[in-house]
Amino acid sequence: MNFIRRQRYLVDYIISSMLRRKGKNLGLMLVYSLIVFMLASVMLFTHALKQEVGLLLHSSPEIILQRMVAGRHDFIPASYLEKMGRIRGVTSRKGRLWGYLYDPSVKANYTLMVSDEQALAATEVIIGSAIARARGVVPGDYISFRSFDGETYSFQIKSLLDHETELVSADLVLLNSKAYHALFGMPEGVYTDIVLSVSNLREVPKIAEKLSQRLPDTRPILKQEILRTYDAIFSWRQGILFVLLAGAIMAFVIFAWDKASGLSAEEKREIGILKSIGWETSDVLHMKFWEGALLSLLSFFIGYLLAYLHVFYASASLFEPVLKGWAVLYPQFQLSPSVDGLQVATLFFFTVFPYVVATIIPIWQVAVTDPDAVMR
Amino acid sequence: MNRITLNNVTKVFNQGRPNEYAAVRGVSLTIEPNRVTCLKGPSGSGKSTLLSMIGCLSRPTSGRILLGEQMISGLPERFLTDIRRHTFGFIFQQFNLISGLSVLENVILPAYPLAPDHRTLMKSAHELLERFELGHKAESPVQWLSGGEAQRAAICRALINDPQILIADEPTANLDTKLSHAFMGQIAQLRKLGKTILITSHDPVVFDSPVVDSVVELQDGAVLQEAVDAA
Repeated sequence: MNFIRRQRYLVDYIISSMLRRKGKNLGLMLVYSLIVFMLASVMLFTHALKQEVGLLLHSSPEIILQRMVAGRHDFIPASYLEKMGRIRGVTSRKGRLWGYLYDPSVKANYTLMVSDEQALAATEVIIGSAIARARGVVPGDYISFRSFDGETYSFQIKSLLDHETELVSADLVLLNSKAYHALFGMPEGVYTDIVLSVSNLREVPKIAEKLSQRLPDTRPILKQEILRTYDAIFSWRQGILFVLLAGAIMAFVIFAWDKASGLSAEEKREIGILKSIGWETSDVLHMKFWEGALLSLLSFFIGYLLAYLHVFYASASLFEPVLKGWAVLYPQFQLSPSVDGLQVATLFFFTVFPYVVATIIPIWQVAVTDPDAVMR
Repeated sequence: MNRITLNNVTKVFNQGRPNEYAAVRGVSLTIEPNRVTCLKGPSGSGKSTLLSMIGCLSRPTSGRILLGEQMISGLPERFLTDIRRHTFGFIFQQFNLISGLSVLENVILPAYPLAPDHRTLMKSAHELLERFELGHKAESPVQWLSGGEAQRAAICRALINDPQILIADEPTANLDTKLSHAFMGQIAQLRKLGKTILITSHDPVVFDSPVVDSVVELQDGAVLQEAVDAA
């Protein structure tokens, strides 16, 4: 009880002491919060993006089979669907038709894909939201694409793709198989690739092995590999941003060290007075510990809260060009709030802990001096 | 009540260095309880150094200081602090109030490490401020106080833990004659309350005051004239 009451007295003193040095403490808190805000924004955004990609790919096929010719991806004949034979564990298999189309008017590449589920007419398309934004079109309008032989085809926009999947569907155009063949001049009887669904994930590597044996000129790409690639890409981007932020972090460290450790003559005198009126060295250290802890915790929470709002309610507008991708058509989407405990702990450890230590050491040096200094 | 006894006390600063300096040399004296004792002497005579050793703010280089039967000169810092906060109250020459804090906050500051009940602490602080006519200034920042008010605030702070011994280092150095006389009046009040008071001063208002029971004259760190009864 006495211990708690003592800590309360110390915290009381600290609050009034911090209010006395408003300028210094507010400046320190501002810089501190800004650093936490920047680091936490990058961390939260990367984490949420990885989560998002994971969720979106959750329903995608487990294996994509591509045919390779001279080490490059080539069209896969429809006959391969039969040729691979019956493989235990595969629940469905189908050929996909897709490709890229460059649109010079907006200087962007679109991904065109044939969709059987949407029952589209040959003159209809469904487009991603980013394309609609770039071209300034809405459902019902017409959009034209230039084919491989220079012909221009117009399509009526039936609808826009779901906003929630915009991360991967921003530049997507869904169209009819006939329209696809007309635009790309592709022969009938071939697909871009074949996708296979597998219900038991443990069977995926074995199935991939069988596919490689039966169809030696093909390459199976597993969903896990795609997830790993996305993970690597986003982690790499996070790393690049951290390197860019390193300068800012260093500046903060120097600033914090200077502000926190450099005791002014007035502060030294204050410590001397406290010691002479009966405060022990440990009381002074406790008090300064509370000061450092309160300031850094408050700044940490403010910075983290702002980062949370920035990432999940303002679409991370400050970092999105670096973190979202290299596309010309940037997806616009609301990330689902997601916080990784380990990331919070890491950030906490690398900001709050060093700050508290940086404040305690110089205070300790002053606090151990004889209290009679104030009499001299 | 405890008597303070000094036995051949010496304090040397910067020991072993070229600028070694003995501020107090072989001082032996006895300070009686419930009395006002004044350490008199010019600047550099070792008054403040002696006072800081008696008040457990520093330790002698050699010699012994006893508080009653307890030898306090060789105790580690923790124990010294404990004795200091329970036994001594300090009034400094520069008052040493913490600016930016209110009078009340300054007064209760020595009690923080002892963590008394908050209500009791506030009650004693307000009583003290009323007794020294500072009740109306309780919430004012200390930097707004006049010299006399700051002095009284410092006295209140020295008394908050109800110490047995009050130590005042050159308390009238920053006061005019009128305020100095007023200060001695307050000392008289405290003596009536049974406090032992130890003052250093080279101000005649202090050492010639009828309130002072005995005067010890120091020169060059040694006792020149011992315990002259002023009364």
